[in-house]
Amino acid sequence: MDFNDTPDEAAFRGEVRRSLDAEAPNKRAGGPVASRRLLGDPDWGEAVKRAKQWQAKKADAGFAAITWPKQWGGREGSPIQQIIYNQEEAHYIVPKGVFEIGLGMCIPTLMAYGTPAQLERYVRPALRGEEIWCQLFSEPSAGSDLAGLRTRAERDGEEWIINGQKIWTSGAHFADLGIIITRTNPDAPKHRGLTMFFIDMHSPGIEVRRIKQISGTSNFNEVFFTDTRVPDHQRLGEVGAGWKVALTTLMNERLAVGDAPGPDFDDIFALARTLPIDGTPAIRDSAVRDKLADWYVKTQGLTYTKFRTMTALSRGQVPGPEASITKLVSATKLQEIASYAIDLIGQSGAVMDPQVVPMEALFQEALLYAPALRIAGGSDEILRNIIAERVLGLPGDVRVDKDAPFSAVRSGRPRPGAKI
Amino acid sequence: MNFDFSDDFKLLREQARKFLAQHCSRTVVRGVFEGGTPYDAALWRAMAEMGWLGAAIPNAYGGAALGYDGLCVLAEELGYTLAPVPFSSSIYLAAEAILAAGSEAQKQRHLPALIAGSRIATLALAEGPGHPGATDLKTRVSRGALSGSKFPVPDGDIADVAVVGAADEHGKIGLYLVELAETGVSRSPLKSLDPSRPQARIRFDAVRCEPLLADGGIAALGRLFDRAAILMAFEQVGGATACLDMAKAYAHERYAFGRPIGSFQAIAHKLADVYVAIELARSNAYYGAWALATDAAELTIAAAAARVSAIQAYERAAAENIQTHGGMGFTWESDCHLHYRRAKLLATTIGSAPYWKDRLITALERRNTP
Repeated sequence: MDFNDTPDEAAFRGEVRRSLDAEAPNKRAGGPVASRRLLGDPDWGEAVKRAKQWQAKKADAGFAAITWPKQWGGREGSPIQQIIYNQEEAHYIVPKGVFEIGLGMCIPTLMAYGTPAQLERYVRPALRGEEIWCQLFSEPSAGSDLAGLRTRAERDGEEWIINGQKIWTSGAHFADLGIIITRTNPDAPKHRGLTMFFIDMHSPGIEVRRIKQISGTSNFNEVFFTDTRVPDHQRLGEVGAGWKVALTTLMNERLAVGDAPGPDFDDIFALARTLPIDGTPAIRDSAVRDKLADWYVKTQGLTYTKFRTMTALSRGQVPGPEASITKLVSATKLQEIASYAIDLIGQSGAVMDPQVVPMEALFQEALLYAPALRIAGGSDEILRNIIAERVLGLPGDVRVDKDAPFSAVRSGRPRPGAKI
Repeated sequence: MNFDFSDDFKLLREQARKFLAQHCSRTVVRGVFEGGTPYDAALWRAMAEMGWLGAAIPNAYGGAALGYDGLCVLAEELGYTLAPVPFSSSIYLAAEAILAAGSEAQKQRHLPALIAGSRIATLALAEGPGHPGATDLKTRVSRGALSGSKFPVPDGDIADVAVVGAADEHGKIGLYLVELAETGVSRSPLKSLDPSRPQARIRFDAVRCEPLLADGGIAALGRLFDRAAILMAFEQVGGATACLDMAKAYAHERYAFGRPIGSFQAIAHKLADVYVAIELARSNAYYGAWALATDAAELTIAAAAARVSAIQAYERAAAENIQTHGGMGFTWESDCHLHYRRAKLLATTIGSAPYWKDRLITALERRNTP
């Protein structure tokens, strides 16, 4: 065993480093905290502009989509090269959070179901950051149970008319295009009455409202559709086959969603060493040591699990299912670390002024943001279902609505004020 | 990145799995567990013949010199099958102590017999409740004679030779080799929490001994523990995996409320969490294997993380395996409690979780101090 790159991997890593060094500030030079903010940039217009500039540079350097075909601006590289790039990029201050969904989920779905002409028109602008994509899946009454969605699309000649509401749509407020899953046949069982489209987000009848979250910031949106028209040639897959198309997208989501950002073991370890409790550093307390050890073991366990996955990729093998534990473990760990760090800080822990609390209030931000990480991209509960059913092979839960016409399925009360 | 066992060691693991499925069946484990014998001598002999006992020991002493990766993959399979043999006492602890600290003559004299399985060795350190690495050992060596009382000593009633922790006339802790057939040794078996792994009390009354560690002390003992902790972590990961396999099988076949219990989220999510704990432990154990094989500077940190993670995984897997089996899991007849007992036994041998957590944080403080 070793942790070394193969000669090819080392050469690639060197190339990546040289490119990043020339284009982006290193985190070590920029201060640790400023680059690690979890909460949204208040001036998103400026942030999107910076992200677009960075994306164009990344595309010019050939790193925007390492595993894609050369035909679409990729370099036909290996998954291990993509991981190496991500590892290296993580050491630099670069804009994030604008293109991941489009390039990680929407465009791969388009590649699987779009026409050659559509790919010609949309893939390169997405890769270069000229057009931003969003994913219109979740609804007020369809989150973990996505196939219970209610946004209707009704055929009108060569067009479809969309009415309904999506929610938790990241980036809808600056997206140019989106992929949207709709219900086209309410009388079919829920998985069989769905159809996928891609849609111009500037179309008439689309209203985007930002959601103010418990963190006080707005990273997500509600999107309302009122008689919004989409041409039939923007349909992805067959009418009624939208669930199959959505699975392509979600499969890519699981690859895209990784470790939780924010404060980790090193941060609370450093805090415990410096913060006094009754005149002695907190780390001298055996209860604190016990907690630290638990988080260290989890943190390292995830790191080495990633190494196992990388090893399989590096050897040209299919990785085992162990990577499925990453988000489940890291999101809860983040919430625990943030909460305990605030406890250690004591009464001042309830203060959020960056100037007066340790780590510029990053722990407090993490506490408020952590619940989102346990829900987004597959909630803890859904991830446990996936591990139980797909990894352990346990029998599936009873799905009482699976074969019933969707129109006959009972549903709860929609959120007040929702236009459904 | 090359963070996995090589194909050769994977092959060894496959062979071990096949062999143990046949020769370390439930009947064999139950035979020892129910009190027939302190260990399964036929299985022990077969392991010796296949060269497993000397997997990590150099050719010069009759070993196979496969390196520690070999021992790690074997340990996982021993844990999976609850192998009722003195492997950990004789190999991870005693043979490793002799190999690490013994003189050339001591190695020549002891290692070939231990590898051949014709003799069994153990480490006698604990003197009742508390951490076994304690600095205040009451066992004393004076003018070449060792006196004191050690308990529990794993495999103490079947061992031929013991590596004994004791203080010399100046209070300095060291390790000593003692032939257990010598005059002045008296032993009595103790009732073990895990009857498939026997324990004993050994009293030494001015017994002839020879020093093992010329430059003895706690540091050398700590290093021995670090190395054994990694091997034991693989046993624990193996045992935890066996628990999860048992629970999965039962969750498929047991029906309640008209459906297999594995379809209830209360069971499914519990087992998903067990899976998560096992994969974290496995990954930490892999890092331990790397540190062990390369004698890395990170050895203590790697060992402590592997040990803490493995203790957590096996204890959780064993407890939730019983829970998944419901009342059946609480019967003597069910094998669930064999793992529940083994998990706790392994969690206490060479120091329990609180000890290793503290050791981990101490090592991290040292590493991160400029």
